[in-house]
Amino acid sequence: MGDNQQALRTALYDLHVELGGKMVPFAGYDMPVQYPDGIMKEHLHTRDAAGLFDVSHMGQVVIKGDDPAKSIEKLLPGDIQGLEAGQMRYSFLTNVRGGIMDDLIVTRRENDLFVVVNAACKEQDIEIFKTGLAGEATVEVLEDRSLVALQGPKAADVLARFNDAVTTMPFMTYRELDIAGVACFVTRSGYTGEDGYEISMPSSEAEMICRKLLAEDEVAPIGLGARDSLRLEAGLCLYGHDLTQETTPVMGTLLWAIAKRRREEANFPGADVILKQIAEKPAMKRVGILPEGRAPAREHTEIADMDGNIVGEITSGGFGPTMQAPVAMGYVPLELSAVGTDIQLMVRGKARPAKVAKMPFVEQRYYRGE
Amino acid sequence: MTKKYTEDHEWVSIDGETATVGISNYAQEQLGDVVFVEVPEVGAEMSKGDELAVVESVKAASEVYAPITGEVVEVNEGLEDNPSQVNEDAEGDGWFAKLKVSDASEADGLMDEAAYQEYVKGLA
Repeated sequence: MGDNQQALRTALYDLHVELGGKMVPFAGYDMPVQYPDGIMKEHLHTRDAAGLFDVSHMGQVVIKGDDPAKSIEKLLPGDIQGLEAGQMRYSFLTNVRGGIMDDLIVTRRENDLFVVVNAACKEQDIEIFKTGLAGEATVEVLEDRSLVALQGPKAADVLARFNDAVTTMPFMTYRELDIAGVACFVTRSGYTGEDGYEISMPSSEAEMICRKLLAEDEVAPIGLGARDSLRLEAGLCLYGHDLTQETTPVMGTLLWAIAKRRREEANFPGADVILKQIAEKPAMKRVGILPEGRAPAREHTEIADMDGNIVGEITSGGFGPTMQAPVAMGYVPLELSAVGTDIQLMVRGKARPAKVAKMPFVEQRYYRGE
Repeated sequence: MTKKYTEDHEWVSIDGETATVGISNYAQEQLGDVVFVEVPEVGAEMSKGDELAVVESVKAASEVYAPITGEVVEVNEGLEDNPSQVNEDAEGDGWFAKLKVSDASEADGLMDEAAYQEYVKGLA
């Protein structure tokens, strides 16, 4: 989108401003990067209680057809046919070179698929769906719905006050439920590493529902800044940064999202490249990185081996408020990818010691059911 | 002792030959939680406008420039373990470095506190 184009606003824009949100341009939208509490407190509040995030800028798409689960598998390597109605899965659109075009979440519903895609890739993805599924399935963009995430260890308690059916939903499941008297799509999912929900609601009711959620003691509004530090600590990829059209699922260590059946069928875009890379191992691989000391290493910081040779780059990096330490992820050659390997980060021209580290940095606390 | 401010939100307080440098309270509010400060090395020669320090908040890194020419004679070691001093007391305990100044008149062109407050009001 060009600089001269007017930034879009979500249905919650006025509420963000009223709450003191500092609005910044993000993927074509004016979004709150933080509220008066600041990123550090917002981050810790989400890990400790519950945070409410506006993610309405993301795309919500419904795909309908005779067998939409079968149809969509032409475009991505996830096992969608294997999902029961009400289950959801993380996947990604791949190109013929095996690169990742976007990552997304596909929910299988009774008769169709509900897909949530990244804001910055929305138009591209819809085009891919429309072209790739032509003649088999229709693609409907839900323009009049908003999407919010309620994340944190108190999220289930809070949302149960609105509808106690949410309590027993396991991680990565979907239900249509009334929240504050409004028909919503509720998923037990999110991108912070915490237990929580994403709630798709009619935009006309979004502000009303969010005000009710925010009126609960445990809930605070959280901006994009903390959203980013939370997902980084959780070891989750940010599309356009940790994943791009040049990175494959093998390089991105996302092979868990390519089911055995799909590998055997080898019928998704870039399957030949990806399967060859699985067999031969990729040259570069995404790893977690813990810098020593307190200096954060940001995106595009060069990674060097112990001899000083530049071997890779940080793709996400910052300060982890839960860790009280800098955290990062980036790509390194396979021979440097083992946990514990010593590397150096070229922060402002100065080599700083760091180690390849296990991810997630902060333990994920998803609700897997009793 | 005179205290002056730059348009980039540094402050400098000159006492005899020694200038203490930090960022303004307005700047720390804008930056948010400070998690790391890279201070210069003692002995470094700074010309007015040189990069003196880098302040890292959770979200981003910001450069801090020398408001005056001089040699770094002391840095605030306390910031290493406790960078939040910058948030708590930007214009006091959160100072970054002390410079030995050769020409204090360089500060004449900077804003005094009243002028700086007016300047900040204009940024809102």
